[in-house]
Amino acid sequence: MTAPLIGARVQRKEDYRFLTGAGMYTDDVALPGQAYAAFVRSPHAHARIKKIALDQAKKSPAVLAVYTGADLAAAKVGGLPCGWLITDVNGQPMKEPPYPPLAQGKVRHVGERVAVVIAESLAQARDAAELIEVDYEVLPAVVDPVKAKGAPAIHEAAPDNACYVWALGDKAAVDGAFAKAAHVTKLDFVNNRLIPNAIEPRAANATYSRAEAGYTLYVASQNPHVERLLMTAFVLGLPENKVRVVAPDVGGGFGSKIYLYPEDVVVTWAAKQLNRPVKWTAERTESFVSDAHGRDHVTTAELALDRDGKFLALRVRTTANLGAYLSTFASCIPTILYATLLAGQYTTPLIYCEVTAVFTNTTPVDAYRGAGRPEATYVVERLVETAAREMKLDPAGIRRKNFIRQFPYQTPVALCYDTGNYEATLDAVMKMADVAGFKQRKEESLTKGKLRGLGYACYIEACGIAPSNVAGSLGARAGLFEAGEIRVHPTGTVTVFTGSHSHGQGHETTFAQVVADRLGLPIENVDIVHGDTSKVLFGMGTYGSRSIAVGGTAIVKALDKIVAKGRKIAAHLLEAAEADIEYDRGVFKVAGTDKQKTFGEVAFAAYVPHNYPLDKLEPGLNENAFYDPANFTFPAGSYVCEVEVDRDTGATQIVAFTAVDDFGKIINPMIVEGQVHGGLAQGIGQALTEGCRYDSTGQLVTGSFSDYAIPRAGDVPLFKLDTRETPCTHNPLGVKGCGEAGAIGAPAAVMNAITDALGVKDLPMPATAQTVWRSMHKAA
Amino acid sequence: MSVKVSMKVNGKPVAADLEARTLLVTFIREHLRLTGTHVGCDTAQCGACTVLMNGKAIKSCSIVAMQAEGADILTIEGVAKPDGTLHPMQAAFKENHGLQCGFCTPGMVMNALDFAKSHPDPTEEEVRDSLEGNLCRCTGYHNIVKSIMAGARAMAGKP
Ligand code: FES
Ligand code: FES
Repeated sequence: MTAPLIGARVQRKEDYRFLTGAGMYTDDVALPGQAYAAFVRSPHAHARIKKIALDQAKKSPAVLAVYTGADLAAAKVGGLPCGWLITDVNGQPMKEPPYPPLAQGKVRHVGERVAVVIAESLAQARDAAELIEVDYEVLPAVVDPVKAKGAPAIHEAAPDNACYVWALGDKAAVDGAFAKAAHVTKLDFVNNRLIPNAIEPRAANATYSRAEAGYTLYVASQNPHVERLLMTAFVLGLPENKVRVVAPDVGGGFGSKIYLYPEDVVVTWAAKQLNRPVKWTAERTESFVSDAHGRDHVTTAELALDRDGKFLALRVRTTANLGAYLSTFASCIPTILYATLLAGQYTTPLIYCEVTAVFTNTTPVDAYRGAGRPEATYVVERLVETAAREMKLDPAGIRRKNFIRQFPYQTPVALCYDTGNYEATLDAVMKMADVAGFKQRKEESLTKGKLRGLGYACYIEACGIAPSNVAGSLGARAGLFEAGEIRVHPTGTVTVFTGSHSHGQGHETTFAQVVADRLGLPIENVDIVHGDTSKVLFGMGTYGSRSIAVGGTAIVKALDKIVAKGRKIAAHLLEAAEADIEYDRGVFKVAGTDKQKTFGEVAFAAYVPHNYPLDKLEPGLNENAFYDPANFTFPAGSYVCEVEVDRDTGATQIVAFTAVDDFGKIINPMIVEGQVHGGLAQGIGQALTEGCRYDSTGQLVTGSFSDYAIPRAGDVPLFKLDTRETPCTHNPLGVKGCGEAGAIGAPAAVMNAITDALGVKDLPMPATAQTVWRSMHKAA
Repeated sequence: MSVKVSMKVNGKPVAADLEARTLLVTFIREHLRLTGTHVGCDTAQCGACTVLMNGKAIKSCSIVAMQAEGADILTIEGVAKPDGTLHPMQAAFKENHGLQCGFCTPGMVMNALDFAKSHPDPTEEEVRDSLEGNLCRCTGYHNIVKSIMAGARAMAGKP
């Protein structure tokens, strides 16, 4: 029998192709007769289109076609749908203004698509696009979500620019608790808008076959089946069976590649018009203005405490900026994935959260790594730390006093945590970070002219999205299960098909570990296939740290069926009763004897059924399964960040970052660590370097890597990591998911550390040297 | 206006008639179909397009193909041994999980190959400095730093 693979640091199967340049990303796909698309984008944040002059472009060399919104309207191409219906506090559905793939009469954000040029070469398409003249009547723009309500209407369907006002919790009870509280801590803050910036820009390449009357779309997507469903059923009105969507190697997503984007629709539609494959790849400048952004909340939050620091109630008011249009999942991020996490790791008995979601003349906002949960963690963990400081309590102590210790635990904001052990991760992180020695380190820093600070964050997230019936009752317009298939070949090797999508997560390795372990196979004998609707039976894709918990469980369910059938075959071969067959990692054994058959022998018998119970059992060994989770999973952890702030310049250096996470069972610790590193860097980016800025006319001021600073190697430290393990109770692997944790916990830990160093109550993110310097000089 | 360019790429002589404005990266990706060299930005900041030109790491998006006339270019496709065995720097990235989505990876490896020649046993800080022009959004750099430190030592024949 082989060594256990679950829990092993197995090196990645996918690495060889990436390390030798053999990866195949969407832009690497070149089809015979390839044509290229270039989009003309709005330079204005809000304007009426008076006239579009296309003649010059159409006459430009090698131009095949030029299309505008009028062409799509004439062809009855629909608008982009939103996948989640939020119901307003007054019982009305949210406002859903149309989101046309190419502008119709008006543009609503800088970067909105106005026309597309398709030509023989990319250079020719771009040259021609520059010849298109659009006559705009510029309208007043609004970018600040707090000012949106009084601003000129962006959409007719939402005259006050509000999409919805939504609330969760018992307001009267919360207000009552505040009236009686011994102490109230209040913070006003902005959760800064972020631009995802996966290093692979978005891309789409569509082709149409007249012979098959069908389309193939290669696209940088995290969920090809969802892309196909939305595009065929809602936008292009095509039969789903005639559209194949392939998301090949994808160079990072972080949420930004979940959505159906206008460019995907336009190239697919155009491929049939021209009977030519049409490819579009974003330039980075286009990514900045057209990939969905993240966060952008303005929040007032208050925590009511009794004299001893016990939390009595939490009251949160948030204005969420949705941008100019409703992106695919935009509406559920600042509601369902935000307010429901406000209990954090604590027993706060009463919570009320009210969210006003508004349209502004900015790029649409949707899920970005963490999606709602980083915003919630920031609210809770900044408040808790601030309350401890105000009440002169130890920040770790105040957390312990309020930790949830009994599970399952029903929060006042709809979720039911199945399991957790928050004390364990906090204890571990404090030891690893040597919190006891901090005082001395602080004094040493002072002698070098540096202010040292320490901050905690104890986060929780809801992953493994989601029980479909629960999601449906909350407004989801799709199911959130996952599908998997195990195809055993006659010689006993295996191909696994999964609806999860890997764009850096290493599923080709971790999923193979799960299958090889269970079947007692060397990992080389198991291959994972994902990202192609013509191969994979179905899939809801990868986001919300759901792949191993939901996609992995679907695979385990299929494995159960394989083993169950194998048991029948083995019983026949061994001339034993099925009930007497024991199975363990690749070996079927008659209990209490040494009579056995290996998995390979059983597989062979299934495909060469000479000695086989054909009267009772079909030949072959191929099973699939759909898994709809019983609950969310609840990864949690404790982070400690230590910073040094330069007194002269305000520059902040993260001198230590320690993270102890509880992800339940871990399949591959090496890959999990990598996920945490990446998440932490993005969370540190939000706290220190990434400040998306629009000017008052709606121009994106931070539209390139020189103005928008994603962390570079010099901005982040080596991280100290460890894990604790309380297995998830409702999936067979006991897994919870790990992809977003770092981005969820890090911002609060960093900001708690900086405010500690400076001795100030609050500071806006990103805490650049300039922001910190200003704060120091204001305080002085 | 079209121009004739010729150079050596991964040891093989190549020549083409190109529009004068054709970038080196476009020549490598579109004309030679060596798609391991990536494009991640339009402002010469991400480093995904890094190749070696006469042994020095350059951003192939920041020069036109003409400027590489007569040069010796090495792309990621030419790094492993002819039998497919990974170069020690590539192997170090695999062993240290120095890549996730793989998109920045070719640029990281090419940059590291140049850096390691002058740094047989680099410190963490030296490696971070060397990555000034290479962006990764997936790994938080932690394992890239470890990979390059290990890879440089391996190239220098140190354990
Ligand atoms: S593509 Fe060359 S530096 Fe970004
Ligand atoms: S591994 Fe994805 S950008 Fe570096």
